Amino acid sequence: MPEGNADIIRLNGAAKHFGAVRALGGVDFHVGPGECVGLVGHNGAGKSTLMHMVAGTLTPDSGRIGVHGGSEDNYSVSRAQQLGIRCVFQELSLCPNLSVAENTRINHASLRGFGWRRKAAELIAAKLDEIFPGHSISASDIVGDLSIGRRQMVEVARAFTVTQDRLDLVILDEPTSSLDAHTAGQLLAFVRRFVAGGRSCILISHVLGEVLRNADRIVVMRDGKVVVAAAASAFDRDRLVTAMGGAEARQKAAAQVAAAKPEASPLRVRARPAAQKDGAELVARAGEIIGLAGLAGHGQTDLLLAIFAAASRARAGIEVTAPVALVAGDRQSDGIFPQWSIAQNIGIRSLARLRNGLLISPQREAELAGFWQKKIGIRTPDMNNNIFSLSGGNQQKALFARALGSDAEVVLMDDPMRGVDIGTKLEVYDLVREEARNGRTFLWYTTETEELDNCDHIYVFKNGRIVANLRRDELTEEKIIQSSFGDAA
Amino acid sequence: MTAASVDTGLKASSERGALARARLLRGLLPALSLALVLIAIAWLNPRAISYFGFSLMLNLAIPIALATIAQMFVIAGNELDLSIGTFVGFVGCVTATWLKDAPLIGVAILLGSIGVYALLGALIHLRNLPSIVVTLGMSFVWQGLAILVLPKPGGKAPDWLLAIMAFKPPLVPFPIIAALLIGLVVHFGLMRTSYGVILRGSGGNPAALGRAGWSLLKTKIVLFALAGLFGVLSGMALIGITTSADANIGNGYTLLAIAGVILGGGEFVGGRVSPIGAVLGALTLALAASPLLTFMHIPPDWQVAANGTILIIVLAARVLISRRER
Repeated sequence: MPEGNADIIRLNGAAKHFGAVRALGGVDFHVGPGECVGLVGHNGAGKSTLMHMVAGTLTPDSGRIGVHGGSEDNYSVSRAQQLGIRCVFQELSLCPNLSVAENTRINHASLRGFGWRRKAAELIAAKLDEIFPGHSISASDIVGDLSIGRRQMVEVARAFTVTQDRLDLVILDEPTSSLDAHTAGQLLAFVRRFVAGGRSCILISHVLGEVLRNADRIVVMRDGKVVVAAAASAFDRDRLVTAMGGAEARQKAAAQVAAAKPEASPLRVRARPAAQKDGAELVARAGEIIGLAGLAGHGQTDLLLAIFAAASRARAGIEVTAPVALVAGDRQSDGIFPQWSIAQNIGIRSLARLRNGLLISPQREAELAGFWQKKIGIRTPDMNNNIFSLSGGNQQKALFARALGSDAEVVLMDDPMRGVDIGTKLEVYDLVREEARNGRTFLWYTTETEELDNCDHIYVFKNGRIVANLRRDELTEEKIIQSSFGDAA
Repeated sequence: MTAASVDTGLKASSERGALARARLLRGLLPALSLALVLIAIAWLNPRAISYFGFSLMLNLAIPIALATIAQMFVIAGNELDLSIGTFVGFVGCVTATWLKDAPLIGVAILLGSIGVYALLGALIHLRNLPSIVVTLGMSFVWQGLAILVLPKPGGKAPDWLLAIMAFKPPLVPFPIIAALLIGLVVHFGLMRTSYGVILRGSGGNPAALGRAGWSLLKTKIVLFALAGLFGVLSGMALIGITTSADANIGNGYTLLAIAGVILGGGEFVGGRVSPIGAVLGALTLALAASPLLTFMHIPPDWQVAANGTILIIVLAARVLISRRER
């Protein structure tokens, strides 16, 4: 390839095996200067493995890596840093016990000596101002005190800070998964400016629209291989989904949902947010899917948690008539028991049914896990493996299995699809609708407007209050944005 | 739209203000518990609150504070050292024998023991061993070595050490000055320097640190070596006060040091530690241990049990306050 010398990074025939699992089977990949490469594919398609190689955190079993035209034999993280390649990993990689400025210091070996704290603070504050104007994050904030969205903002901004090393390529792995629409827009606009300035980005996202709008070139991966790579203009949404080998398009959803539910089905939840001043309240009946919309962090999660608490102990303003299960949004900190197997993680919500005398019956636990493995399609050779052996999307499926496998009639979902690939999403949507037809009630907080298409009824939240109450047929994106940003009605 | 984002900004900053207040409260807690113990002592025996009284009551606070700092370095890296007590005892025995009789060999032994600590850190990291098991094993090794060095109680502290520990500054008792100095020096080293950030980060999110290109092996070695260094200082300070040694002299320090770190606002995992808090925690424990109980007229037979009860009460109060943060 004649232009090969100009590439920032080029991988030829990169392969990686984890035990018996082939994560990456001989991939050719390159990024040139001044381009934004979109990388899409299902969870488990090998995107993360490939990016870890680019960032130097994984070495390929075979294949070659070349950076800036030179061949790299001992490629490592610190080498990648020197060569100007950075990565924002999907799992947050900030130290929660340190301040924003101190976390910046960790990525810059040159921030040392007298006055390093001030330099680090100025560096990160300037970059935050540049990417997210009006961000309200202080460099002295302890990261553990920040919301997940702000942590992601810090992490992104940190990747773009420059001290002595050059900066040519930033890998953004699901950078917008915890951001609301406004900050996500700020970030993507910055990425465009960054690329226009002659530097490069790799953008990984499950929000296909983001990739289509912002990438110059799109690379589609499936089963550890690159299946298509072409200019972004050659793709539209359907072609991308087809290339990824995803399930069929989601259009059928709406029609099914629209089928009217009898008004008379029994009441499951009636709840009024604590901050609500008028009489508006959330009402959910058996068999309904209720959407909670609005900007991130405007009281949706709080209400879900209040409903969850009210199920076991009576609370003023909230009425719950059936057992409740919660699917957590921040699965690493609120959902998963890291030391446990997949089967144990699924069974924890159903211990009463799995009991045999005083002990948990391993056999029943295995049966429950096996049933849900088939039903929800958890991809693992053995459900007794540790939960972390699963990819992110499959971990989330296990959490769904935990809730759906329980006796809960009301399932609360706290933006559970964050960072999950589209194939998994479509499978879960189908499952949710099927369970709703069988009489289960879902309360679904989501930051992705598309997901609201699955809901019968949508409540829009602002500042901890319900500001709009929409039926499915009234739902449009404009209406939600209007109510989210408008004055409280 | 801007109105909305300003609005959320305000809300978020007030939320974080509340969190910062809760953190400040937790930061003040070690000082508060120390004040509480002091008030109780002043109420029970006003004469104890004097230059002489403090010198006497805080007599053993310096070695406890140093051992607590040693433990704090280990806890900062998400590990636990169950051998610090017997290590202090071993250092004490070496100080009262070799260091006095053959200073060069004594110094070599003490430096070597710091090296052993560093090696333990490397072993724990490389073999991914649980530190509790390794240090529990080492506690018997140190104990055995201490008995070999000094089979029966005795020995004598070097004169220069006795002179240092008997130092009587004007106005403020020596233990208070020493505690302040220890707290400030370690605070600067661990909380303000750029490498201190890396050390604490290795407890907060080791994976992230590794990805940023830092060696986790090195951070663990440094943390354990620092624990060894402060363990040596603790043992020497202890012998400087007691003038002679006994192989079992430091055995109680293991748990005192852990309690001091936690009382001082540290947490077992997550790299959240506070050097100044740890020193205050050690002072609180030193005061609550015997002076307070003696003034309460609790017979010596019951003092150990009463000591434990006070520990539970203080730590429970700490947990209650830090829970309000969530």
